[in-house]
Amino acid sequence: MNTGTKDHAELAGIFNKDEDRVNWHDETLWWIRAKRDKIVHQLPEWEALRETASKIKFNVLGNMDTYLMEFEAAAKANGVTVHWAADAKEHNEIVHKLIAEQGVTQMVKSKSMLTEECHLNEYLATHGIEVIDSDLGERIVQLAGEPPSHIVLPCIHKKKEEIGDLFHMHLGTPSNMADPQFLTETARGSLRETFLTRKVALTGVNFAVAETGEFVVCTNEGNADMGAHLAKVHIACMGIEKLIPKREHLGVFLRLLTRSATGQPQTTYSSHFAKPRAGQEMHIVLVDNGRSVQLGREDFRNSLKCIRCGACMNTCPVYRRSGGHSYHTAVAGPIGSILAPNLDMKKYADLPFASTLCGSCSNVCPVKIDIHDQLYKWRQVLVKEGYAPTGKKIAMQVMAKTLASPTMYHAAGKMGRLTIKYAPFAVSNKLNPWYKERDMPSAPKESFGEWYAKNRK
Amino acid sequence: MRVGLFIPCYVDQFYPGAAIATLQLLEKLGVDVTYPPDQTCCGQPMANSGFEHLTGGCNRLFIDNFSGFDYIVSPSGSCVLHIREHLHDEKREAEAKEISHKVWELTSFLTDVLKVQSLPSRFPYKVGVHQSCHGQRGLHLSSMTELVAPSFSKPGSLLAMVKDLELIELDRKDECCGFGGTFCVAEEAVSAKMGKDRVADHLRHGAEYITGADMSCLMHMEGILKRQGSQTKVLHIAEILNSQ
Ligand code: SF4
Repeated sequence: MNTGTKDHAELAGIFNKDEDRVNWHDETLWWIRAKRDKIVHQLPEWEALRETASKIKFNVLGNMDTYLMEFEAAAKANGVTVHWAADAKEHNEIVHKLIAEQGVTQMVKSKSMLTEECHLNEYLATHGIEVIDSDLGERIVQLAGEPPSHIVLPCIHKKKEEIGDLFHMHLGTPSNMADPQFLTETARGSLRETFLTRKVALTGVNFAVAETGEFVVCTNEGNADMGAHLAKVHIACMGIEKLIPKREHLGVFLRLLTRSATGQPQTTYSSHFAKPRAGQEMHIVLVDNGRSVQLGREDFRNSLKCIRCGACMNTCPVYRRSGGHSYHTAVAGPIGSILAPNLDMKKYADLPFASTLCGSCSNVCPVKIDIHDQLYKWRQVLVKEGYAPTGKKIAMQVMAKTLASPTMYHAAGKMGRLTIKYAPFAVSNKLNPWYKERDMPSAPKESFGEWYAKNRK
Repeated sequence: MRVGLFIPCYVDQFYPGAAIATLQLLEKLGVDVTYPPDQTCCGQPMANSGFEHLTGGCNRLFIDNFSGFDYIVSPSGSCVLHIREHLHDEKREAEAKEISHKVWELTSFLTDVLKVQSLPSRFPYKVGVHQSCHGQRGLHLSSMTELVAPSFSKPGSLLAMVKDLELIELDRKDECCGFGGTFCVAEEAVSAKMGKDRVADHLRHGAEYITGADMSCLMHMEGILKRQGSQTKVLHIAEILNSQ
């Protein structure tokens, strides 16, 4: 694909140079998927829950405007300030303004893939504001100067030894220290200081309840709570699709989310925020950034049901072997490959092709997004919009023409078999990507069609 | 019952043995099978690459060849799924729809339509089954590990009827092999790695043969086995069910 930068195949090729790392990455994520399988099989009502969640979200997507207004009114009544951001730029500006108003240059942030999508950290850095990510995994990739490679497990691509090296470099731990317990303690210690001194804390939002104007943030480390409870200003940033109609619907999603994400029955902390405590300011930024465009694309609308559990990544056999960074977008994996082309078709034209369309993603998705079908549909759109490389276009045209004519097909088939038989070097060479790690099939002396003509007439 | 035999292009050209076994097996079971000689390809290679708009010729040809049969049977889950989901022709939409409802993958045709209870076959080897994604998840040929639902396997139930055949268990029951059509060359590195891992699971459990209902995945795994100099072979399920 002509993306100007390296595409998924190239980046995956680089990742695959280290086969041991690929094996380890694959096995780690497979282990999580297996954990997920085990726990969901304990709930006989699992498929019914998925169906219910999917329908609730369907309702939300069909009545987005109403629920947004309802949510805004309720949140305002709770004493929360509500902001609207049409795109990433507006989102970043709003956050910046809120920080500047406090006259501070530092902020603590808990995990939010939306801020990754909007490149908030980079934006604030150019304005002299330091952001400390308080989720342990995010802190690690932040120290490494990398984006997260997974939406739930941001540093899943890093081995504990590498984390030890990073901490040695940035947090002054002894060298060659790879004990997870020790490293976690160190990170906690350094973050404690951050929590105690920051006036502004930013969190993401997992679910926002239209009926009540409340929102829920799920973390396993309690870091969102620590930030939000200690700071004077709590900014919560959410994509507009995070809405659910009523509080009673939370039960459905909270049961699905963590089981799908990590195989746990519940997140350690599912924190409900409704109104600012005395002396605190609470802000909610409602971000569109392409979501209403996607809402308008009928074939891709369902992608907005996503609750960001990451299950589709854990199960994706391609993701497990190409690593999150090969997707060169904030949300990697199968769901990211549907969301990214909506933001920039040219830049992400390669992503819908980074799949075998095996369908496992659609099966694990707790809100039943037809992920693999959408990948197929994006391919059609991208080719029609002219994002297919010329070579591929020509090859496909020749192929379509040959296969549409029995005469041409039989001639080509014969030639293909003869080539493999008598001139295998013409196909079995380095220029043929199939041949790099696989042998060609051997050529039979006759096709089935030829055999049939002789034997069944 | 008149059955049209649909043999996908690459099976026709490279794996005539799978096609012959399919034909002979159906004949053995008393089915009146015809192979329309002018068939080529279902159009999937183009469609999955984003060029569905170039599949008009293949679609027309498919309708020409397969109109009028009671059933259309094919030894390839992937191609069958493509026809079921995407066959259309603006001028003959009704015919296209009818055909897409009549097309069957071989093992499901045997279990669900013919309701085969026993087979006269024998295959004294250790066999691993590769559940191809399109057959399994698309056509529901077997249960899927992701879903909370009762387990079953149409290919498995047929293989259980084969004398002396020993089915092996895999660590990852339904992991994709990484073939994926043009994915296998466009994403060469990941595709080959997936294939190697898939094959390794079978080898780890002592498979002498790897079988399945889709020759394309088997072709991919065969390429890897051969490159590794392995003695383990791939065989389409029709060839095992048809063996004596
Ligand atoms: S698409 Fe589905 S499986 Fe993937 S992250 Fe979103 S909710 Fe989870």
